[in-house]
Amino acid sequence: MSLTTIAVEHLSKTFGHSPVLQDVGFEIRAGERVALVGPSGSGKSTLLRHLVGLTKANRHSDSRVTVMDRCIQRRGRLARGSRAQRCRTGYIFQQFNLVGRLSVMTNVLIGRLGCMPRWRALIGRFTPEEHEMALRSLKRVGLEELAHQRANTLSGGQMQRVAIARVLMQDADIILADEPIASLDPRSAREVMDTLQRINEEDGRTIVVSLHQVDYARDYCQRAIALKHGQVYFDGPIDQLTDIRLAYLYANAELDKPHESRFPASAPTALRVAG
Amino acid sequence: MKPTVADRAWSRYTSRQRWTRLAITATVVLAVSWSLSTIDIIWPWVWDAPAQIGDLFSRMVPPDFSSLDKIVWALIETLNIATIATFIAVVVSLPIAYIAAQNTTPNRATLWLGRFILVSSRSVNTLIWALLFVAIFGPGVLAGIIAIMFRSLGFLGKLIGEAIEEIDQRPVEALEATGASHAKVVLYAIVPQVIPTFFAVSVLRWDINLRESTVLGLVGAGGIGVILQGAINTLDWRTVATVLIAIIVLVIAGEAIAAWLRKKAI
Repeated sequence: MSLTTIAVEHLSKTFGHSPVLQDVGFEIRAGERVALVGPSGSGKSTLLRHLVGLTKANRHSDSRVTVMDRCIQRRGRLARGSRAQRCRTGYIFQQFNLVGRLSVMTNVLIGRLGCMPRWRALIGRFTPEEHEMALRSLKRVGLEELAHQRANTLSGGQMQRVAIARVLMQDADIILADEPIASLDPRSAREVMDTLQRINEEDGRTIVVSLHQVDYARDYCQRAIALKHGQVYFDGPIDQLTDIRLAYLYANAELDKPHESRFPASAPTALRVAG
Repeated sequence: MKPTVADRAWSRYTSRQRWTRLAITATVVLAVSWSLSTIDIIWPWVWDAPAQIGDLFSRMVPPDFSSLDKIVWALIETLNIATIATFIAVVVSLPIAYIAAQNTTPNRATLWLGRFILVSSRSVNTLIWALLFVAIFGPGVLAGIIAIMFRSLGFLGKLIGEAIEEIDQRPVEALEATGASHAKVVLYAIVPQVIPTFFAVSVLRWDINLRESTVLGLVGAGGIGVILQGAINTLDWRTVATVLIAIIVLVIAGEAIAAWLRKKAI
């Protein structure tokens, strides 16, 4: 395996008439802990979704997303087999996205679905090894005693740790986390970030986490990629993301501000007024 | 000049509101009296009704229990019609609900096909379905079962389809992010969210079907209604009374079982 594990080239994405990502490019090496920062609306979530192919880039751009030497999407078209490829990339959501009515254990086992034979998934038969692996994953996030509770009885912080266990169950080499702590209280947020850091240090799994609290990024990540108006504003070691640079990053970052309309004549009136 | 107390008196409505209310009331009164005038009521028969009720009641009492064994068998038949029809309808309605829900249907053609099945099933009353199937399969239990099943399909399919449309999309996305195939996403992210509605709706429909299958016999589609019809035709009012009592007992029992099942399932 080469050192580069995620490569993004010339990635552009437009929703309607508003450009969300503009010619974004970067490389991430295996085992890195990268924070994705930027004001809300700067395209952090959209960027992460492109990395697993949940969102497709613009057709006309010369974009390319490569994860672990496998092409995920190119010129806005998903590569063949990119769905199967997803089981090598874990994804953590702001709202945890657990199946509330299933037990914690089943929610963790679900992580395995991507690389399980279909017939076994459809009759719901997980092997004893898989059960053991799920228990180990739960133990690593400190929730093994809640294995048989329903997922919707847990607190927010616990749910997010179940989501991390689900990613561990996938045995993914890369973990993408989209605002994993945005809806958590400070203590739960620390627990979640500690867990992610531990997983990175112990297993060497690459972690890309989008955060809007820069303090957390400074405490937990070595490198930062900052997005502003859909463009890479900063990419480098976290300690070079100084307060002055941060002030510029968040300056003039009104929500949903259209900075440049490509089709001014047909742009909705509301947008032009806001601009 | 200072306004007097009378001028400042509080009133609930402004004069404009008062006039609107008056106009609405007048319209309603007109509409009701017009519709009453169009139906030909033979008033002597209406004034006669209390005496007729008393007469009918005296003919019904005491109920005739001599053919109770036949009635009990008919009740069991009724119960079977409702249960078998509900069971088949539940199974068949699942794929229909799947294609009639906007977020799971494969394409627009299947969506409209699903909706067409639901609407055509729902717009025809059970008794009319029964008339149709009695004509096709001849009188008997089979026609009744198929009639009830057809009507239930629309009900079950629509409610389960709506439940599918209302699910939380976030787990679906999470499963897609793990690389799970479509069938696995349906089974692990959609099915668990729909199951409570599925059970509640099925039990409710069974309860409704039990009541509907008691009248199927009137058009010859089996069940307790056949005996009721026969007894009315032969003016055997004491047997009619027994059948009515039996139906009430059956429906109450069904209601109780449905309530118990609902509590169990949710």
